[in-house]
Amino acid sequence: MSVRSRPLFAALLSHWRRRPGQLATLLIGLALATALWSGVQALNAQARSSYDDAATALAGVQAPMLLPEEGATMPERVFVELRRAGWPVSPLVEGSLEVDGVTLRVLGIDPVSLPSGVGLPLFNPDDASPAALFLGDGLTLVSTDTLAELGAAEGDAPVVPAGALPPLTLQDDLAPALAVMDIGAAQRLLGRSGEISALALGSDRSRIIAPMDAATDQMLTRSLPREDGDLAGLADSLHLCLTAFGFLSFTVGLFIVHSAVGLAFEQRRPVLRTLRALGVPRRRLAAALVLELAGFAVVAGLAGMALGYVFAALLLPDVAASLRGLYGADVPGELRLDWTWWLAGLAISLVGTLVASASSLAKVWRMPILAPALPEAWHGEERRWLRWQSVAAVTLLALAALLGLLGSGLYAGFAMMGALLIGAALLLPAVLAVALTLGARTAERPEATWFWADGRQQLSGLSFALMALLLALSVNVGVGAMVGSFRTTFLSWLDQRLAPEIFWNAPDEARAGEIRDWLTAQPGVREILSRGDAEVRFADAPTSVVGVSDAASLRASFPFLAAEADPWDRLSAGTAAFISEQLARREGLELGAAIEVPGDTGLASYTVAGIFADYGNPRGQIRIGLAEFRTLFPDVPVTAHSVRADPAQTAALVAEMRDRFALPAGRLIDQERLKAFSRAIFERTFVVTGALNTLTLAVAGVALLTSLLTLAETRLPQLAPLWALGLRRGRLARLELLRMVALAAITAVVALPLGLALAWVLVAIINVEAFGWRLPLYHFPRDWVVLYALALLTALAATALPAWRLAHMAPARLLKVFADER
Amino acid sequence: MLRVQDVRKSYVTPQGPVPVLAGVDLALGAGETLALTGESGSGKSTLLHLIAGLDSVDGGSIALGDRDIGALDEAGRAALRRTEVGLVFQQFNLIPSLSVEANLSFQARLADRYDAVWVQELAARLGLAELLQRYPEQLSGGQQQRVAIGRALAARPALLLADEPTGNLDEQASDAVMDLTADLVARTGCAFLMVTHSRDLAARLDRRVHLSNGKVQAVETPPGRAATG
Repeated sequence: MSVRSRPLFAALLSHWRRRPGQLATLLIGLALATALWSGVQALNAQARSSYDDAATALAGVQAPMLLPEEGATMPERVFVELRRAGWPVSPLVEGSLEVDGVTLRVLGIDPVSLPSGVGLPLFNPDDASPAALFLGDGLTLVSTDTLAELGAAEGDAPVVPAGALPPLTLQDDLAPALAVMDIGAAQRLLGRSGEISALALGSDRSRIIAPMDAATDQMLTRSLPREDGDLAGLADSLHLCLTAFGFLSFTVGLFIVHSAVGLAFEQRRPVLRTLRALGVPRRRLAAALVLELAGFAVVAGLAGMALGYVFAALLLPDVAASLRGLYGADVPGELRLDWTWWLAGLAISLVGTLVASASSLAKVWRMPILAPALPEAWHGEERRWLRWQSVAAVTLLALAALLGLLGSGLYAGFAMMGALLIGAALLLPAVLAVALTLGARTAERPEATWFWADGRQQLSGLSFALMALLLALSVNVGVGAMVGSFRTTFLSWLDQRLAPEIFWNAPDEARAGEIRDWLTAQPGVREILSRGDAEVRFADAPTSVVGVSDAASLRASFPFLAAEADPWDRLSAGTAAFISEQLARREGLELGAAIEVPGDTGLASYTVAGIFADYGNPRGQIRIGLAEFRTLFPDVPVTAHSVRADPAQTAALVAEMRDRFALPAGRLIDQERLKAFSRAIFERTFVVTGALNTLTLAVAGVALLTSLLTLAETRLPQLAPLWALGLRRGRLARLELLRMVALAAITAVVALPLGLALAWVLVAIINVEAFGWRLPLYHFPRDWVVLYALALLTALAATALPAWRLAHMAPARLLKVFADER
Repeated sequence: MLRVQDVRKSYVTPQGPVPVLAGVDLALGAGETLALTGESGSGKSTLLHLIAGLDSVDGGSIALGDRDIGALDEAGRAALRRTEVGLVFQQFNLIPSLSVEANLSFQARLADRYDAVWVQELAARLGLAELLQRYPEQLSGGQQQRVAIGRALAARPALLLADEPTGNLDEQASDAVMDLTADLVARTGCAFLMVTHSRDLAARLDRRVHLSNGKVQAVETPPGRAATG
């Protein structure tokens, strides 16, 4: 005969109805955990979808390009002018078009001038004759997916307001929602007659008869094909860091759930046993408990996701600024989420709840109906669990050490961080038990003896909340050290790199010469430094080659991490180059290594004489002497300059230059503005980590509070006899406060070395793997003192309410403990 | 309807197995009442637990009707407790978060045998009619035990098992509870087996089986009562 479900659920749920505080604890823990996790996921999802949205048709063109310096298009005549001067360029036009309700990215190409070797990976000339694009009606090349999305067949010619598209033709390997057609058709359909978006640049420079600035008056910017992989990889690093933080916060939240579920199950143990005695099979009881928890997970998960949405919406502008500033990835500051985010949030809430409740459910499963309901039995089990937990902790710590010694790669770094944190957290109860035992040995007065012994007894109920506090504190120490180190290093690096007072960029070499001559005659000017920039592929990755002046100020302040003797003399002599740390790490290059730099005129060999810090730059950089640069890249104008000047005269000089040479704001920047801009980008990055830090600590505080509130009920039978023996309620409350502060203090002491170890992992492993450069690690003892005080305050705040309730508890409630005794 | 044959049970301790029941035989017919007495540690509660299917025998057999309890799996034993057995514990074991009314009808609803009229009658006869909306913590010990008896009988079990049901009650409450129990047992016609220390209480039932050192030492029939089974 089957068991009726309704009375079973009524009995289980009635527990929560009678204990709404405990239910609130459970729901709050779960909602906070889900909020932090889903908030971070929302940020990541938004950023990722933005990359997709931002991907233009041009992004798929794997060729160097010339883009208009200002505006989205340039006149078609620029193409003609450059072709006449022998430049191997081919016009491209791009735009978006609404076709039958589907937004297509349109790329118009000129198959005739498209130089060989430029090629579009998305256009395979073997599959369709290039001439077919413009002969007759022409062709619109689309992928199978796009054709299906349009609901059209091959040969169809969908009509848009500007006319009909050339007949649709299938071309595999094309990106989704991309349509490639002849440039004439694209200009007509996009309404851009006589305009082009870019010029693809071929590699054959042998026929060039005039430099670019002589061939056309259009200001053009050279752009290497966008290395989507590089950009995505770097942005992924930031996302991975955010995800790690989100996961950590989620874990802290799960500690609350674990604690709440564990205590609730312990309180319901007699009821569960009665249910079994009355004929509810074990399997049915376990299933009912799982269903009950799943119901809570859905409710709390939805609330958590709403919180997470708010959290993400508040932080998105800072994340967007970081991504734009660090990686040039555009993310709109407005949150748009799809249904998969909601579904994933609910799933993680469900899975998290079940994981956090697994041990409690297992205990119910194993619980014999007739097990004595004595607390000793339960504590005996807890002691066994503590032993297993310590073994698991030591294993995880050993794994972390192994990963640190043998592992490589970002994921190994994160695995090491996870093993270190979880291992240390699992070890905490054992450490606290030892500390409390040592405390008990020093106790002489009975009250003190009870204080320490009772602390040990409470440990099992509080251990998870204390673990959450440990994680939150160590993350604060670790991330605080990393952020502090970053700030210290970055600001001193900025001071070195941005030592010149004025930065300016002339439209062409001739104008640059004029400005240089004028500046030389100015009394406040001490030094003028020229700089040339070119983009090359070095070791199969996009790399900047920078030609720099040999100037006294650079010699004095260049941010070398390592250098051989006389690096500047050798750079000027054209025998040596300096490389950035990222490049050195990526390619395993050391001082003295020989490198070959590809220039427009051929390969040039140098010895690496210096490795310099180049924080925040995703690309590798090679610095060579200015004369060498001019030889290697004769067509690249050296127009970027900086000026060392008397700071008192800088403002006047800038104003004069602006008026005299009509330099726009983008071409004339004073040092302070540039520094402020750079600082702002990094500060906004750390607003995100700072917010996550604070939230994690707040969640740990909530974990402590909820555990203490839940424990308060089960504490009465232990406290009432002391009250009966003459300890006043206020005294008992103060002892409770003191004990919690003592436990938090020990936890905070453990958190410090753990946090420093975490900082080391972040700086020496994660950062190097994610960004390619290593930060020097600085320590900030004043921050530790503040955090220590904060930990004690968190414990005090969490204990205040239960202690106040105890101090003001009606004697009748304490008496009831004796009345209930059987 | 209940037949216990050569039942043996030991508990494993760090010092080795400790025999609690060393071959117990017992029989109880429908409508019959039996008191199980003995010193502390004599095995009477263990025997009651084995009959209820809360624990399993090491040897021998226990049959309720035509079902061998020892042959049932965990789910089968749970079904037996739900439908055939009513259990009353010394410590009441009510569900503290449910009202008196919900506690009373709980097992009957669980077994899908809920009969509103019968539950109402039980509440009235047990003197609980005015207390239905209260919670267990708001009741006296005697009242709580009456709820426990009502819960056990609401599903109309074939066998009512009680483990020291008045152990927590004063003499007056104890008498009242026993009167009510005897009355309701007679009304339902179920068999009743009660573990008790009290000779007085034992004397109110049809038979008394005295356990000592895990064995039945004596079977007594109080004067004026007819032995059956």
